[in-house]
Amino acid sequence: MNSPKSSELIFDKSRSGRRAFAQAPATTAAAAIPAALLRSDKPRLPEASELQTVRHFTRLSQMNFSIDTQFYPLGSCTMKYNPRACNALALLPEFAGRHPLSPVSHGQGFLSCMYELQEMLKDVTGMKGVSLTPMAGAQGEFAGVAMIKAYHDARGDHERMEIICPDAAHGTNPATATMCGCLVREVPTGPEGDIDFDALKAAVGPKTAGIMLTNPSTLGVFERRIKEVADLVHDAGGLLYYDGANLNAILGKVRPGDMDFDVIHMNLHKTFSTPHGGGGPGSGAVGVNDRLLPFMPIPVVGKNERDGETEYNWLAEDDLPQSIGRLSGFMGNSGVLLRAYVYMRMLGRAGMQRVSEYATLNANYLAARLGEAGFELAFPTRRASHEFIVTMKREAKSVNLTAMDIAKALLDKNYHAPTTYFPLLVPECLLIEPTETESKETLDNFVAAMIEIVTAAKEDGVEYKEAPYTMPVRRLDDVKAARQLDLRYQPDKT
Amino acid sequence: MSELPGDLLYTKDHEWLRREDDGSVTIGITDHAQGALGDLVYVELPEVGQDVEEAGEMAVVESVKAASDVYAPIGGSIVAVNEDLADDPEKINADPYGDGWIVRLLPADAIDEGTLLSPDNYQAVVDELDD
Repeated sequence: MNSPKSSELIFDKSRSGRRAFAQAPATTAAAAIPAALLRSDKPRLPEASELQTVRHFTRLSQMNFSIDTQFYPLGSCTMKYNPRACNALALLPEFAGRHPLSPVSHGQGFLSCMYELQEMLKDVTGMKGVSLTPMAGAQGEFAGVAMIKAYHDARGDHERMEIICPDAAHGTNPATATMCGCLVREVPTGPEGDIDFDALKAAVGPKTAGIMLTNPSTLGVFERRIKEVADLVHDAGGLLYYDGANLNAILGKVRPGDMDFDVIHMNLHKTFSTPHGGGGPGSGAVGVNDRLLPFMPIPVVGKNERDGETEYNWLAEDDLPQSIGRLSGFMGNSGVLLRAYVYMRMLGRAGMQRVSEYATLNANYLAARLGEAGFELAFPTRRASHEFIVTMKREAKSVNLTAMDIAKALLDKNYHAPTTYFPLLVPECLLIEPTETESKETLDNFVAAMIEIVTAAKEDGVEYKEAPYTMPVRRLDDVKAARQLDLRYQPDKT
Repeated sequence: MSELPGDLLYTKDHEWLRREDDGSVTIGITDHAQGALGDLVYVELPEVGQDVEEAGEMAVVESVKAASDVYAPIGGSIVAVNEDLADDPEKINADPYGDGWIVRLLPADAIDEGTLLSPDNYQAVVDELDD
């Protein structure tokens, strides 16, 4: 894996005229393309044999850290196991081969799965309606705030332009508010990780459109005064948005709807175990309460009982005239939605509760073990939710071992690094989320690796400034990478 | 230990201010702030002529770790911005109180020193953070 050629591109293997028979171009004449439109030179495509191609991409795949190969405690990302059954069922030819424009009478099975998924998500979040159409978490957030705006606008309440975000919020929250044309008001966090209630009181008013909260927050603790926060914002005429990033911590235990949230987005690729791709495809289903039902993004799947027969159909502009509109051509990432559906059906109601029980048990166990081992927990007085923060502030000062150094050193020990330097409130922080699908042995081994790294730094003066040493790519110069962007392959540049 | 010139005024948000002879005020971020952010890779500057409110967002500094707003310590009108930062944001890292200045503004009102920090008081803010 550490071959010096690990960065070699498939283009570097290309030799003119070499063929891979499985991918060989058709020899029959294509459709009648006018001669004037035909290109005269060969396109710049790699020409490699089938075996070369297989080896190339297999080796690339082996360079990856992945949930299938390594422990992946990336905080705020919920990197849980993706059961194979979900893939197998979503790939049934009757699903995979379905044409999105085929008549609804031909897709009743698929539509019934989508309808039931909507119902299950409503049930587990305590909301009154669910739309599956947003294509990713960021689009779900956008839909959520767009609905809040649409609600105020429909009431003629055009002055409500401010969205309140805690300073611990995911960066996507203020970004979403800005994209929806709102102004962001930041409120600080108190010493134990809860929102600063007095500051919030001062921030809400007649301009408040809503507040965006993650609960448990990005600090890995539950917002204890959530009911008071909800009353305060609602009394001021604003709405509450629930960022579903940390839903895994409370699944089947507490429902955002019962906490009085008006709208929620769910990252199905986190909580409901659909694969995290390389940036996609995600799925950001949204749930709403009664207030926001008319504004849901379309299409939504409806259900009719007629003459004793059940029929599922698409609800679109005619059914939801106040909808914020379409966010995807058809039904979001339907293959991803199917995986989430299978996952939820496999778990059932009791299984859903065990998810959050084991997710929080694993996080608290790991936090306790690391605390005992001398690591500094950012919120030692609070019980962790499904994730927690270790600060490397002390080690950074005493032995120059920063959060980034230990993150890179962990790669050499075959662990994916936790999230580093987020949330920004905690210096030199590692945000660690083990998820419910890891065994105690894996957690113990991870603690041992963390201890080994720090002990070697303290007792033997080992430095990790150059780590990782064993990966295909060593420590990158992230400053140079940002200042001198070089993203595009240029064949003539060596 | 970060550098802290004695002839400047400071804010708790880690900006510094220098009164110039022509009545304008030069503003940048402190040595402590650049150290905490790490190597800067991008600076977003306001337009010359733009009015800024006290405590309003005035510029954005972005490092490999984080993006951070720079707030206007006082209200006024922007009379100059440090264009060099567009190509060389690292000037803030190298010389935060000199070549790394960010904007110059003409104060809207007389400066109320009571809302700003003396070097000693700012040092106390930094010391508390370093605990």
